Amino acid sequence: MSNPLRDMEKPDVIFCIGTNMTECHPVAATRLKKAIANGAKMIVADPREIGLVEHADMHLRLRVGSDAALLLGMAHVIAREGLIDEGFLAERTTEAEAFLEHVKEFTPEWASAICDVPPELIEQAALLYGRADRGAIYYTLGITEHICGVDNVQSLCNLALMTGNVGREGTGINPMRGQNNIQGAGDVGAIPNNYPGFQPVTDPANQAKFEEAWGRKIDIDKGITKVRALELAGDKIRAMLIDGENTLVTDPDREHCEHALKSLDFLVVCDLFMTETAELADVVFPASGFAETDGTQTNTERRVQRLRRATPPPGEAKPDWWIVSRLAQRMGFHGFNYSEAKDVFNELCSLSPTYAGLDWDRVEHGEYQWPVPEEGHPGTPRLHEDGFINGRGIFKLIRYRDPAETVDDEYPVWLTTGRRLESYHSRTQTGRSEGIDYLLSEEVLEVHPDDVAAWGVEDGSWVEMASRRGAVTIKVKATARSPRGTVFTSFSFNDVPVNVLTGGGYDPITDTAELKVCPVRIQPHSSAQKTGAGI
Amino acid sequence: MSDETGRTIFLDGEEVPFDIGETIFQVAERYRKDIPTLCYDDRLEAFGGCRLCVVEIEGARTPVASCTTMAEPGMRITTKSGSLEMHRRVLLEMVVSENREVDVDELSGYASQEMKNLVDRYSARTGRFAGDKSGVSRPDDPNPFILRDYENCISCYRCVRVCAEQEGDYAISIMNRGFETQITTEFGGLLKDSSCTFCGQCIQTCPTGALGDLKALRHVEVEEPIEKTRSVCTYCGVGCALDIMTKGDQVVGIQPAMDGPANEGALCVKGQFAFDFVHHPDRLKTPFIRDDHGQLVPATWDQALDKAAAGLLEAVNEHGRHSLYAIASGRAPNEAGFTMQKFVRAGLGTSYIDNCSRA
Repeated sequence: MSNPLRDMEKPDVIFCIGTNMTECHPVAATRLKKAIANGAKMIVADPREIGLVEHADMHLRLRVGSDAALLLGMAHVIAREGLIDEGFLAERTTEAEAFLEHVKEFTPEWASAICDVPPELIEQAALLYGRADRGAIYYTLGITEHICGVDNVQSLCNLALMTGNVGREGTGINPMRGQNNIQGAGDVGAIPNNYPGFQPVTDPANQAKFEEAWGRKIDIDKGITKVRALELAGDKIRAMLIDGENTLVTDPDREHCEHALKSLDFLVVCDLFMTETAELADVVFPASGFAETDGTQTNTERRVQRLRRATPPPGEAKPDWWIVSRLAQRMGFHGFNYSEAKDVFNELCSLSPTYAGLDWDRVEHGEYQWPVPEEGHPGTPRLHEDGFINGRGIFKLIRYRDPAETVDDEYPVWLTTGRRLESYHSRTQTGRSEGIDYLLSEEVLEVHPDDVAAWGVEDGSWVEMASRRGAVTIKVKATARSPRGTVFTSFSFNDVPVNVLTGGGYDPITDTAELKVCPVRIQPHSSAQKTGAGI
Repeated sequence: MSDETGRTIFLDGEEVPFDIGETIFQVAERYRKDIPTLCYDDRLEAFGGCRLCVVEIEGARTPVASCTTMAEPGMRITTKSGSLEMHRRVLLEMVVSENREVDVDELSGYASQEMKNLVDRYSARTGRFAGDKSGVSRPDDPNPFILRDYENCISCYRCVRVCAEQEGDYAISIMNRGFETQITTEFGGLLKDSSCTFCGQCIQTCPTGALGDLKALRHVEVEEPIEKTRSVCTYCGVGCALDIMTKGDQVVGIQPAMDGPANEGALCVKGQFAFDFVHHPDRLKTPFIRDDHGQLVPATWDQALDKAAAGLLEAVNEHGRHSLYAIASGRAPNEAGFTMQKFVRAGLGTSYIDNCSRA
């Protein structure tokens, strides 16, 4: 997030797009509710009638995968109505002229034909955000899990730049990060393009820095993404080390994924449980988890906080850093002689410009948000206040692209996937906690009541849902939360392995899977017996 | 100490500054006056319901509730006197006379000991005003998370207000007045059928344990003392700070950190209640290795580390250092991700590493 969580109580106009915040980031959503109680207006763009809609002034019910069109239409109106922040454009951005010329083409009528939102609503939303004194954008995977995820994010950046809604309280471009430490995983360099602290591996200066630190020259080329690695499994990729990820259940195109993992010569998995992925491994290491592990994690607002051990892990389970370090040492790798989490964190801080001012003791109370460039620096709750790191904000000329797969006669229904409040991902944890089943015990497919009738199925009956990759059996729930022609389910229940269906395409830049759009065919299923079992 | 604008009040004879918009209670808190309260939660709008926080203002006819009275320049305030203490004690005795019990277990919730502590502090007699009682408990609500024992309710409305003001859900409401007062939900139904999301905020602000943490209360009988360890929630990316409650080695419950920078006392149903996986029998307790028959069987750390090292090195030796790929976790701490990326970089000189952020 460009802005701190506490800023969520400060906007006068909130624009939420592709974020089911009341279910996926419920505590953050409470702050938006407070802003609204204090008079803020909210625009929600989402195909579904999600919980946020209840609190919203406007609901833009766009067709799945059409975000870029909607955002172009909004940018058109903002430009046409002269709601741009001229001063901000002149001082802080570049390519503004080309962008303002570019958006002339994309009228609300043009956008409406693609995204199904009436042109007058696009106008109203654009005026509302464009006239805001403090306009804030919040988004989640509904923006990024598309083949045009990067385009979508850049479209949001364009809106914020043209209205100067960056670098001030209650504004910003705020992605809500999904997992407890997904921000940290990128921060620490567990990505193919960057060393810790987002230092590009392709920069020879960084290469030299890490060669000096670790005594080994590291490729100047980027690594490959997980998506490519799974594609190359059994071919160029022969072995994998997977820490704490149930790849088989949470990644798209399960059949492909299972084939990939099985094609490996050797697979090592660290986890809390014998997950579906661990079942395929040659060696499984027992990791310590929440309440058992000392360490640090970094949240969606870039805040580094301490995790503390309250109870010993079961049996012989060990912290992940210990497992990986001991394995590295057995393989003859140097520099893994850590005796506690503190040693690891302090080394990270010594190598990362964003964490440079931190160490184990300084993050004791969790008051720092990175970047913290040097000791004594108070941290940076709000990014881009005085300028952009790269100089100026660059407008990008985005065009709308169709999803990788679109509905047709054979697969006439849009499936979009997501999460539910009471369960977390593949339920390895929530599914093993007492009481959660009282609230949510099974997966359902949310279908508009009129579609339920039109498709000759019944509320509560079983259907077979098939995509170009596979089929699952799932129970229907009639609800107007889904728009007509679009159905929704989560991927949490292993007996409805929705990732059998998804995986039609990937963003060409980030390799992020298009999990939010998958054309399917739905037909009645006679048997109430579902395949598969488990949590 | 008098400032130029003259914005000071006299607290028990001491002249102290205050900021515009501060209540007498807020100023007194800062000067550690320890004024008793029951309906007060500093995250909520002041309510002025319990009247325990009354103070005397020179020139005023009767004591006033300090939580709802703004400080004004020159006020001369007495926070503690014989008559105030008597007033507070009588109020407390009226309140507790209505309740079935005072000694609720600490596991009930974060604020659950507030009334008990005041009763002890004022040596209040619990049966002095025996007679009518308000609040009908709801043992018929089968939800596994929130105890609804309204016979211990004192109508402070903290649950109602936290649900509305902090959570924005408005699931809890009030029916009737006086002895007929009942904390309830829309249409008097079960919490599950209301707009309740089971975030647990009502449990944590209840000062009497009328609303209690049923999951924590499973462990009332465990003898050991409760220890609290500050940590951070393991689910989404908001990073809610929380206290893990343990008795011995057993995690018995979770309480939100009221001073958590990301959450300021809030949690959701997952962070509050979904922690049993920690001690679940399915947890891996030893390493496993695949044996000659293709079965995963328990192994020692030495065996497993040796086998893993040999297996990974074999791939590297036969197919080159770019044949090994590592996937780090978005759920594990920074130290996990850091060692994972260092494993491929320092160990093999590659950046063949990713995490689960793409799917």
